[in-house]
Amino acid sequence: MNWEEIFLALPKLLDGALLTLELVIISCIVGFVIAIPIALMRSSQNWWIRNIPLIYTFFFRGTPLLVQLFLFYYGAAQFDAVRDSFLWPVLREAYWCALIVFALNTGAYTAEIFRGAIQSIPHGEIEAGIAIGMTKMTLYRRIVIPRALRIAMPSYGNEIILMLKSSALAYTITLFDLTGMTRTIIARNYLAIEMYFTAGVIYLLLTFLFIQVWMRLEKRMLRFQA
Amino acid sequence: MSNETPALEVTDIHKYFGDLEVLKGISLTAQYGDVISIIGSSGSGKSTFLRCLNLLERPTQGSIRIAGEEMKLRRDKDGQLGAADKKQITRLRAEIGFVFQSFNLWAHMDLMENIIEGPMKVKGISKKAATEKAAELLNKVGLYDRKTHYPSQLSGGQQQRAAIARALAMEPELLLFDEPTSALDPELVGEVLKVMQMLAEEGRTMLVVTHEMGFAREVSSHVMYLHQGQVEEFGPPKDVFENPKSERMKQFISTEL
Repeated sequence: MNWEEIFLALPKLLDGALLTLELVIISCIVGFVIAIPIALMRSSQNWWIRNIPLIYTFFFRGTPLLVQLFLFYYGAAQFDAVRDSFLWPVLREAYWCALIVFALNTGAYTAEIFRGAIQSIPHGEIEAGIAIGMTKMTLYRRIVIPRALRIAMPSYGNEIILMLKSSALAYTITLFDLTGMTRTIIARNYLAIEMYFTAGVIYLLLTFLFIQVWMRLEKRMLRFQA
Repeated sequence: MSNETPALEVTDIHKYFGDLEVLKGISLTAQYGDVISIIGSSGSGKSTFLRCLNLLERPTQGSIRIAGEEMKLRRDKDGQLGAADKKQITRLRAEIGFVFQSFNLWAHMDLMENIIEGPMKVKGISKKAATEKAAELLNKVGLYDRKTHYPSQLSGGQQQRAAIARALAMEPELLLFDEPTSALDPELVGEVLKVMQMLAEEGRTMLVVTHEMGFAREVSSHVMYLHQGQVEEFGPPKDVFENPKSERMKQFISTEL
């Protein structure tokens, strides 16, 4: 183990970790915002409302993240219409492409997690809301969504951890996230083992910190369960 | 004359589940202060009837008046009668307290939050006023010292008493109880019946689907016996229990008592 080289590479690797964190945090927040309405639609009684978002979730859950990144980053540029459109300044940037794809991808998974949670709310609690005179809006805002988010917490935490590690694919579209940075440094110093080892430790550390925070949040939010 | 308007007037309720007719034309009038026990063997349609009254279940036919106001119904695509006016149905539901067999407290809220939820979010009452009223009600059902407990931390009897307090917090015109003691351990039934008896003595209008013959007999002003979706016997408990007209009621009493 060449500890000196590891030490030298550390600042750059931490820079990469910062970009990784940025990508994960933003895409998870956007994914969350996408997931709630999609999950509500997916648990609707109406066939159309229930199945239209299936096109979205089916594509993003049914294809590899790598393929999605390539389709957006390399694929979109093939169309003149895209290059001429107002979206081009965004879609030509690898950073935005990664964010959009990550957000849509985690949004699709999160929507299905939330849909399952919504459907596992004891029906009696929903009836109690109806019987007391809640409008649909109040019922969703006060009972269904808060209840579903709590049910979903353990699996949603898992999804965020998966996203943290999937974000490593950002390097394939030229981004210097933790993995991208690691590969760049290796191209210069040929110390593949040392650099991947360090990157692995940093990923572990990030996951560890996230789990600590999430467990605390879970304990707080799920304290109603005896 | 307005005090002669019945609290509830139900006319000719029919309910089909597919081809099966579970309610075959039930009518009922409840004056203010009436406590009507609805009894019958399981499958007789008593819970379905009660759930039709606030449209938790949609009837196939019939009409419902709450405190003189006709519930606006329209035929849904599947042939059942649904609410025609969303504003009206939420307002009427707020006037009808409903107590479930399985309590159905909101698990993620503590007792106090459960009770102030309806007054605040449905009736728009301030948190302060709702909390004061809730404290009073929790005292009344003997649960004030449990106000920060979550439902999962309470016994079935305590949960049901809290659910009754939640219904009362809406200051309903009418209280509906759907087998409120059927999910309870035998030793917990008494504490819930005691609260219900207290409400009856206060002069509240109540419809109670129950298997508790003691309650039906001693507390209620009227008893309605349902058999296969029809009213087989209706009257003051004394008449119904001591001089049943129908053979089925006689049989039912002999098995239940």
